[in-house]
Amino acid sequence: MLELRAITAGYDRRTPVVRDVSLTVEPGEAVGLLGPSGCGKSTLARVAALLHRPDSGTLLLDGAPVRHWRHRAPREVRTAFGVVFQQPRLSADPRLRLDDLIAEPLRATGRREEAPDRVAELAATVGLTPDLLGRRPHEVSDGQLQRACLARALVLRPRLLVCDEMTSMLDASTAAALVAVVEDYRRSTGAGLLAVGHDRTLLRRWCDRTVHWDDIARAGGPNPRV
Amino acid sequence: MTQRPVVLSVRGLSVRFRMPGGRVVAAVTDAHFDVAAGECLALIGESGCGKSVLASALLGLLPANAQTAGEARLGDLDLLTADERTLARTVRGRRIGLVPQSPAAHLTPVRTVRAQLAETVAALTGVRGRDALDTATRAAAARAAFPEDHLDRHPHELSGGLAQRAATALALVGDASLLVADEPTTGLDRDLVDRTVEELRRHVDAPDGTGAPGRALLMITHDLEAAERIADRIAVMYAGRIVELTDADTFFGSPGPRHPYSRGLLQALPDRAFTPIPGMPPELGALPDGCAFAARCAWATDACGAVPELTAAAACATAPVTTGGGLPTAAEALRTGAAPPPAAAVACHHPHMPEDIRA
Ligand code: SF4
Repeated sequence: MLELRAITAGYDRRTPVVRDVSLTVEPGEAVGLLGPSGCGKSTLARVAALLHRPDSGTLLLDGAPVRHWRHRAPREVRTAFGVVFQQPRLSADPRLRLDDLIAEPLRATGRREEAPDRVAELAATVGLTPDLLGRRPHEVSDGQLQRACLARALVLRPRLLVCDEMTSMLDASTAAALVAVVEDYRRSTGAGLLAVGHDRTLLRRWCDRTVHWDDIARAGGPNPRV
Repeated sequence: MTQRPVVLSVRGLSVRFRMPGGRVVAAVTDAHFDVAAGECLALIGESGCGKSVLASALLGLLPANAQTAGEARLGDLDLLTADERTLARTVRGRRIGLVPQSPAAHLTPVRTVRAQLAETVAALTGVRGRDALDTATRAAAARAAFPEDHLDRHPHELSGGLAQRAATALALVGDASLLVADEPTTGLDRDLVDRTVEELRRHVDAPDGTGAPGRALLMITHDLEAAERIADRIAVMYAGRIVELTDADTFFGSPGPRHPYSRGLLQALPDRAFTPIPGMPPELGALPDGCAFAARCAWATDACGAVPELTAAAACATAPVTTGGGLPTAAEALRTGAAPPPAAAVACHHPHMPEDIRA
């Protein structure tokens, strides 16, 4: 279970983009967070995935407060999260072959020997053929690269997935395929999900519950830009 | 719609990339379509299907290892054989306005919107003199609903929506009869998609003051919702080929599209079945023989071992309009180019039939 309590965060303390926002993802629950671009929902997603330290507020993982973010977070806390972003080209190391990209979190946590089996298994899950695994990001399409990024997010068997606009660059079929992979994974592991996006139809179809940014962000927060 | 003058006429357009090691990538194969004034044709398909390559071919922006065949006529000019000097001086910006995929990247980061717009106005129109140029620049911004009080901002100070409008304003300066929009809504949230699409539609419908019946718009997109909102006609691209060409109303409404891939794409939408098409498209450098969709198609039969030709979609008409596999020769392209492409066509051996026709 993930609890965000009164989170304030941003890139400049004087003008935080997230102000006093609270949000809970119950065990096994899929929560959709809907909001316009520029509203701060992606920053909140980064806080929730321990990638961005908030200015204030509390984050509880299964009841225990998290005190460190990014590389300073303890390994067992960090590995509880799997994250997928909107733009695979910005989040994938362009030098890595897809199989190394997927295995990267295993290497980083000293579980290198699990890589061959786990990568093969996940490649099949996300629909990547063996010949694609040997290619580098510039040699595959956006859809194929996003499949690899989802496989990487699942490689450590996270208890929580954070998907920030995971499908908004993708065609309808690839989008539906990746959502199906996430849902199969959640069904078999009971993992929770925070799906952030702007597509109401998608989030309502995908998630157990969808909250709108305006309803959780305190009035007086940043106005969505034109 | 059909009486409107045709602005862009594409016949037998193919693009091949020569790769190291002698590999050939068939990015676009034998595309036929027209876009008329006042009409929007949405070219839809997944990333890597060849649709952006097709747009680059029209703009003369293909890399050096590309080879083209067929023709793409804009008035009396064949865009595929025109030299770079002609394209740069008289086509891009003047006869074809490009609305780019990521406007923020398309704009020059260190210069204000006003400076970029003024430069484009000076380059593409006859306007001279400071005051006249200033007036024309503000008018150009207004055409794309770009707010005047933001003209002195730099691109990074603009929201996604305003950057898109700035890029659209630049694309409209030359009063081009053809607009090409390459994924204009990618990364925008739904409200912005709606607004961008409405604005583009306004430019399609709005006569430019010369009495012309509006502009032609070719919109390349993977966003079916955006396509539904703006397009008059839909062209579906799969593995480098246009596999279906039809009215937008027919496509999104009833009886719906006829090609199994088109039907699968629609069924993947979250407000429909939300089920993906199984598998992935083939590599453009290693296309299978026969129908490229066969490995994913529930209707495939032995007949699908032969490439299906794009045929008029009327229930009993089966007039082929394409030359089938391989890179067609210029002569072939010209021969097939004699007949205009049908308004509705599908490339499939077993296209979906509405129940009443099948009965
Ligand atoms: S030609 Fe055959 S394999 Fe191809 S889409 Fe039609 S039915 Fe399916």
